[in-house]
Amino acid sequence: MSDITSQSLFELTLNIKEKKLSSEEITKAFIDRAEKSRKLNVYVTDNFEKAVDQSKKFDSNPNLDSKLPGIPIAVKDLFCTIGVRTTAGSKILNNFVPTYESTVTQNLWNHGAILLGKLNCDEFAMGSSNETSFFGNVQNPVGEKLVPGGSSGGSSAAVAANLTPVTIGTDTGGSIRQPASFTGTVGLKPTYGSCSRYGIVAFASSLDQAGPMTKNVRDCSMLLEVISSFDQKDSTSIDYKRNNYSKELSKDIKGKKIGIPKEYRVDNMPDEIEQLWKNGITYAKDCGAEIVDISLPHTNYALPTYYIVAPAEASSNLARYDGVKYGFRSPGQNLIEMYEKTRSEGFGDEVKRRIMIGTYVLSSGYYDAYYLKAQKVRQLIKKDFDDAFSKVDAILTPSTPSSAFKIGEKTNDPVSMYLNDIFTVPINLAGLPGISIPAGKDKNNYPLGLQVIGKPFDEQIILNISYALEDKINFKNDISDWWLSE
Amino acid sequence: MSKNSEYLIDRENKQYEVIIGLEVHAQVTSKSKLFSQSSTKFGAEPNTQVSLVDAAFPGMLPVINEFCIEQAIKTGIGLKAKINKKSVFDRKNYFYADLPQGYQISQYKYPIVGEGKVILDMPNGQKEIGIERLHLEQDAGKSIHDIDPNNTLVDLNRSGVALMEIVSKPDLRSPDEVNVYIKKLRSIMRYLGTCDGNMQEGSLRADVNVSVRLKGETEFGTRCEIKNVNSIKFMQMAIISEANRQIDLLEEGNEIDQETRLFDTKRNETRSMRSKEDAHDYRYFPDPDLLPLEISEELIEKIKSDIPELPDEKKKRFIDKFNLSPYEATILVSDIETSNFFEEVIKNSDVKLATNWITGELFAVLNEKNLEISQSPVSAKNLSKLINLIKDGTISGKIAKTVFEQMIDGDQDPLIIVKEKGLKQESDPKAIEELINKVIENNSDKVAEYKSGKDKLFGFFVGQAMKESKGKGNPQLINKILKEKLNG
Repeated sequence: MSDITSQSLFELTLNIKEKKLSSEEITKAFIDRAEKSRKLNVYVTDNFEKAVDQSKKFDSNPNLDSKLPGIPIAVKDLFCTIGVRTTAGSKILNNFVPTYESTVTQNLWNHGAILLGKLNCDEFAMGSSNETSFFGNVQNPVGEKLVPGGSSGGSSAAVAANLTPVTIGTDTGGSIRQPASFTGTVGLKPTYGSCSRYGIVAFASSLDQAGPMTKNVRDCSMLLEVISSFDQKDSTSIDYKRNNYSKELSKDIKGKKIGIPKEYRVDNMPDEIEQLWKNGITYAKDCGAEIVDISLPHTNYALPTYYIVAPAEASSNLARYDGVKYGFRSPGQNLIEMYEKTRSEGFGDEVKRRIMIGTYVLSSGYYDAYYLKAQKVRQLIKKDFDDAFSKVDAILTPSTPSSAFKIGEKTNDPVSMYLNDIFTVPINLAGLPGISIPAGKDKNNYPLGLQVIGKPFDEQIILNISYALEDKINFKNDISDWWLSE
Repeated sequence: MSKNSEYLIDRENKQYEVIIGLEVHAQVTSKSKLFSQSSTKFGAEPNTQVSLVDAAFPGMLPVINEFCIEQAIKTGIGLKAKINKKSVFDRKNYFYADLPQGYQISQYKYPIVGEGKVILDMPNGQKEIGIERLHLEQDAGKSIHDIDPNNTLVDLNRSGVALMEIVSKPDLRSPDEVNVYIKKLRSIMRYLGTCDGNMQEGSLRADVNVSVRLKGETEFGTRCEIKNVNSIKFMQMAIISEANRQIDLLEEGNEIDQETRLFDTKRNETRSMRSKEDAHDYRYFPDPDLLPLEISEELIEKIKSDIPELPDEKKKRFIDKFNLSPYEATILVSDIETSNFFEEVIKNSDVKLATNWITGELFAVLNEKNLEISQSPVSAKNLSKLINLIKDGTISGKIAKTVFEQMIDGDQDPLIIVKEKGLKQESDPKAIEELINKVIENNSDKVAEYKSGKDKLFGFFVGQAMKESKGKGNPQLINKILKEKLNG
């Protein structure tokens, strides 16, 4: 048997069911490795003590029929967890301990999983490098001083470094897929309305979706099956029949039509990304898929549209962090001064930047020119995809325009940072499911990802295509454990 | 409306007209809040009816209370208004300590109810007031500044309670019309059960828009909005004071600034709260946590079929069916409880007598004791019994008043009072004849005077006969027999 922490969710589940491993052994193995991996800074808050107790409790009366039997899982610190501090990577929620559980994490525990701890992320999920977190940046296990992507950077690093078997992140403009791409892991953003947003600290409500982040496609299908559910507590949750994704997982994609959008060949795209995409197309053909050239004409407008819609919603969503009811408060002589000091000191620069952008685009006199226009463009982007999906079953693109960059490299250039999301944001704007799978490496040996985009509620087909491609690509993340301490 | 009933404010040979529009905030009658399941019960301990959603905890999401939607539709139908099949909840963004989300969920561009109307019964006839729109929104919490000298305390019990904002067109022209308008709105909503209209508990408040113009002018003047006035009396005072302030400004050659003002009830004057320049930019945008609200034709039809008879229709029925005067009918239908009481009484008794007794004796008692008709000390059942006793001649109207006074004390049965006190009217002609004979015997001198032409003395004999009967003699019989005896 290979080392416990390097096992996939599928393997661990099997070992528990066959009683080859106990939940306690697994939980302790991950905790032990986490203790030695502080250098990566993946955890904001650990739950190790309680996790061990819960694993023992599981072992004393194991329910082996559950889908995540006694499996310890760390989650992004954007999910509210009962009795466990939830910070959203922000000083303003530094001391916030929820009395309630998010629906998505509750689904994990209902299926037998155990909370290992809360993973670092960009502040309020605003960032593409995990550098905006109040709790410091996370290092990418792929290489020292390398960003793990963002905003689910603690999550991607934790999966890649074998610190949690799987995890869940959230994706507003690429926050699951981009970090997955940067760390050689798999990340899926489900269709908007698949996973409940109840109990997830909101960034941009019309775009936010929780999703699985895993070592491989099979694990991804297993986790999606658990977290995707209809929830009356979220008015945007959609009641539809969800598949048994893992059961229906298949490499047979013969005859499936896969679209290649020409607009994704952006200017200055590195050759290695172009090559990666070509390889992906070849593999897809090898699997019997049919490649179809398609056009998504409004792709160019996706990024500016996103950077109007998301900050607009965020500026309103973050108004509740005012020092009055919970979280950080900086005292003032009067209400206005208390607000100003609390929010000035409680929020970081990137969050403030987006609140200002959002406030601006919603202001009277600018609303029509920015917010309203962005909403109209968003409809056009959605229509592009609707048209494309009348011809194809899925769309294949690169996940990101580059591999992981160095910590600090882009912190003073927000626009270059925002460009990281160029291939992922259109999918959020259109509410579609998208998955990033590791597909190759650049000249530095850093991982690169391919993205498969599907029709609404057709997570199965993108999982199946990814499953088939994964087999052909046979990607190996060579991570040297350089950060481990004794 | 006739010219002389116009409400005009005079200034040296000039007459100013006052233009008023109201934004009424009516609390929806509902057990739970607009977007959460917390209770809306009035008067609970502070912060005991607050859910995580109401207090805007991270990750909490609003879920619409469908009952409140139905209540708004119902009210819209009662206002003869257009129900919009698609409406949108927007966020109205501003910071305040008692606004936990940092925004109020309201409806801005696309309200649930469009244009409608309300008919006012004014002394000189009817007047139609246009309704611009009705939209749903959540209430804020309450900031309390006077308990702790150093801190403001916040009570979130009200946070998230559903309100209907009913916006009138600028059709109102006097404080009297405002009075009748508010009462009519309140009456319609109480008939429908969509708002209890309780102004003491803050269930009905209004922002009052006031402008003035010279009589005959057709353009509107610059208006000022007086925020959050919570009684009809204060609304009227605020309008008079604000109109006069504006007229004084114009008379001095000044302009009126469009601004938001507050009414100081102690000083009876309005004062500036914020100018147009300082007006909030609420940055309205559709709430992404809520899908656009779509209402089916079936739901509208279902609600329509449940709409009870409303005051205007009921008034018409009372006039047509019971022959009431428009004045009587207006009084009886103004409040649903009153009309219910009336209909209960007339189930088994005379309509004319019931109308007189309810609008006369009963209203006097209610006024005196400051009671609502729902708290009436005399039940409809016992009042109808009393009316029947009058109608069948068991007691006279005069005796009935004595009986009624006793009924008030614990809703006593008039039949028992009449029996126990022996108040039954004497209607036996023989007995009446006997006592009249006695009166004639005892007053032979007066009889002589009467017979010699002093007709006025007839009243004296009636009085004596009544006295002799200890007030119980049937007045009609006494009259009849007296006439026979004296004239015969």
